[in-house]
Amino acid sequence: MTVTFRQFGNDRVMENFLKDAKAEFEQAHAGTTIDLQPIVASNDDYSTKLQLQMRSPRTSPDLVYEDTFLINSDIEAGYLRPLDEYISAWPEWNNFVDTAKAAGRALDGKTYGIPTGTDTRGIWFNKEILARAGLPAEWQPTTWNDLLTAARAIKAAVPDVIPLSIYAGTPLGEAASMQGFEMLLYGTGDTLYDHASQKWVVGSQGFKDALQFLQTVYSEGLGATPQQVLNPNWNDTVAQELIPKGGVAIAVEGSWLSNNWLESGANPWPQWNTVMGWTAMPTKDGQAPGKVSMSGGWTWAIPQNADNPDAAWEFSRLLNDKAHQLKFAIDEVQIPVRKDVTADPTYAQANPSNEFFASLVPITTYRPAYAVYPRISNEIQVATESVITGSADVATAAGHYDNQVRTIAGDAVVAAAGS
Amino acid sequence: MSTLTVGPGRGGTRRAPAPVALMRGLPLAPAVFLLGAFLAWPVVYCVWAAFTDMALTGASGADFVGFENFTRAFTSAEFHQSVFLTVVFTVLSAIIGQNVLGMVLALLMRSGHRVVRAVVSAIVIGAWVLPEVVAGYLWMALLGDGGSLNEMLGAVGLPPQNWLYTAPILAVSIANVWRGTAFSMLVYSAALSEVPKEIEEAATVDGAGPARRLFSVTLPMVRRSIATNLMLITLQTLSVFGLIWTMTRGGPSNQSATLPIYAYVQAFQFSDLGYGTALALVLLLIGGVFSLIYLRALRLGESMT
Repeated sequence: MTVTFRQFGNDRVMENFLKDAKAEFEQAHAGTTIDLQPIVASNDDYSTKLQLQMRSPRTSPDLVYEDTFLINSDIEAGYLRPLDEYISAWPEWNNFVDTAKAAGRALDGKTYGIPTGTDTRGIWFNKEILARAGLPAEWQPTTWNDLLTAARAIKAAVPDVIPLSIYAGTPLGEAASMQGFEMLLYGTGDTLYDHASQKWVVGSQGFKDALQFLQTVYSEGLGATPQQVLNPNWNDTVAQELIPKGGVAIAVEGSWLSNNWLESGANPWPQWNTVMGWTAMPTKDGQAPGKVSMSGGWTWAIPQNADNPDAAWEFSRLLNDKAHQLKFAIDEVQIPVRKDVTADPTYAQANPSNEFFASLVPITTYRPAYAVYPRISNEIQVATESVITGSADVATAAGHYDNQVRTIAGDAVVAAAGS
Repeated sequence: MSTLTVGPGRGGTRRAPAPVALMRGLPLAPAVFLLGAFLAWPVVYCVWAAFTDMALTGASGADFVGFENFTRAFTSAEFHQSVFLTVVFTVLSAIIGQNVLGMVLALLMRSGHRVVRAVVSAIVIGAWVLPEVVAGYLWMALLGDGGSLNEMLGAVGLPPQNWLYTAPILAVSIANVWRGTAFSMLVYSAALSEVPKEIEEAATVDGAGPARRLFSVTLPMVRRSIATNLMLITLQTLSVFGLIWTMTRGGPSNQSATLPIYAYVQAFQFSDLGYGTALALVLLLIGGVFSLIYLRALRLGESMT
């Protein structure tokens, strides 16, 4: 039986995790051997290689590690098989959070992937810088205005730092779409996709409001300069250099951020948990539920062309039991998708920010990751880029986005109410 | 040719008898087979894919869609921009940059001291030997926001510049000139070494100055090398991918997205294989047009002498 997973550079966490599980599984199932096939690649290349493998019965693995971002388009392409029959005989499924379950579910209502961890997004802030601008250590913005007010106070009091780091523009790719724009849009009440009618939304006021917020931040000099943010490595610079150096006051970022500062990370920074604070991203006017988070994450899925789907299911059941998901969530700084893992005290103790970011899971939103999403996401990045560089105003940028979405999605477009 | 046993036009058979021709062709068979399997087949597959809606993922049956991909390209502003950028990049970095600089270096090195010659060629060829991606990183580190160029500018009190942001196509062109000049230099050095010294000396005796000697004597004599070199570097430059991808990823705002970058993004980031291969075909056609122009120039030049 073959298992394909992604290995990112020197990160050996996944590899070691799977090696241990393989040994355990092979001991329990005499006669079954597991062949682990890592694909060492960036996100984009990983999915391309995986899709090429799954295309043909000769090369298809039996179990694959799939990003929720691509699972829907791979389902549409017919690469994956539904797992409902297996799941119905698996009582542990009840321990999974509902939003995470939805991430592996396709438009046909069937489940194609078992979620194995997720991430959430919120606000990280430097308590020392905020103190110098007269803001409390337990700072908690409740509206977009609170964010802007704080950023303006920081700009006035602490001139040499970036008051509010929020990503935009095409070079940062998904980081600009998810950590940047979508964290704003989903706080307005509007969405990218209308799940009821299964259509993409155009012409929403929320889209313009989110662009307007970015324009305010960048035109008032409350964020990085457009030159800085349009560097493809800018998010690494922020996470690994600027934040530990005290160069950023507030950052809209992901739950995994502290990964960079741990002993095993890119830039170890032992003081991080006393210097940094974290809080939820507020909705626009503080409307319910008061906070916003976006999530991605990965699933284990079984390809249509798998030779041994039953064995693959058995192995994925082992990987997704409580003990294994707990270990994985701690080692990889992942947000668990099992309620019993989140509740386990060892998880909260492993990292001081774990408990907070895991608490965002009930309100988080997964992207509408259907086949055309990568192209629509690119159009979002184009819109944010033209607004922050001043090459288009908000209305023009939003209008261009609407036109592009109509071209990409064809009939599957619905105009927002009131537009 | 003259040693053929069965010569053409000598009254007898005009061609070798069929069995002989077959026998002669036999040793070529494996090569033809391999070419067919590994070269022709992918090309045919690509041409076919360009007329389908083949995708790497998502709902798609690879159905025949006629010229839809091409219509989509020719009506897309992004495509027009990428063709324009490809031409700018090729003209700036290959036809002007690498070609002229390569010629200047070759001319200067002809009269240079042996040691200077060795050092200069080592440096220039060193740049050529570096992999594209490494060269890309070097230039990104030099031209980037906190790069060494800005450190140097800052040291003499000049404001920092961000080339990769303000003039990305110029930045990648300069990097490509730096990387690719060695090839032109080597071609021209070889060509110039074939120019007989006596002719140039004769021109000097006739009263021609250095400029006149260069344009009326030396360059016309290496004319054919110039055309060949131009054709080769143009085709090379049209398909440059790694360098641009490393330095700018085609950005900001697609301002350095040449055709190969645009095609890659469409095919592998947006999973649109059909459209991506259609773009690759267009790139092939542009290369073909450039080649025809050079070949024609070469032939015209020949008939003038």
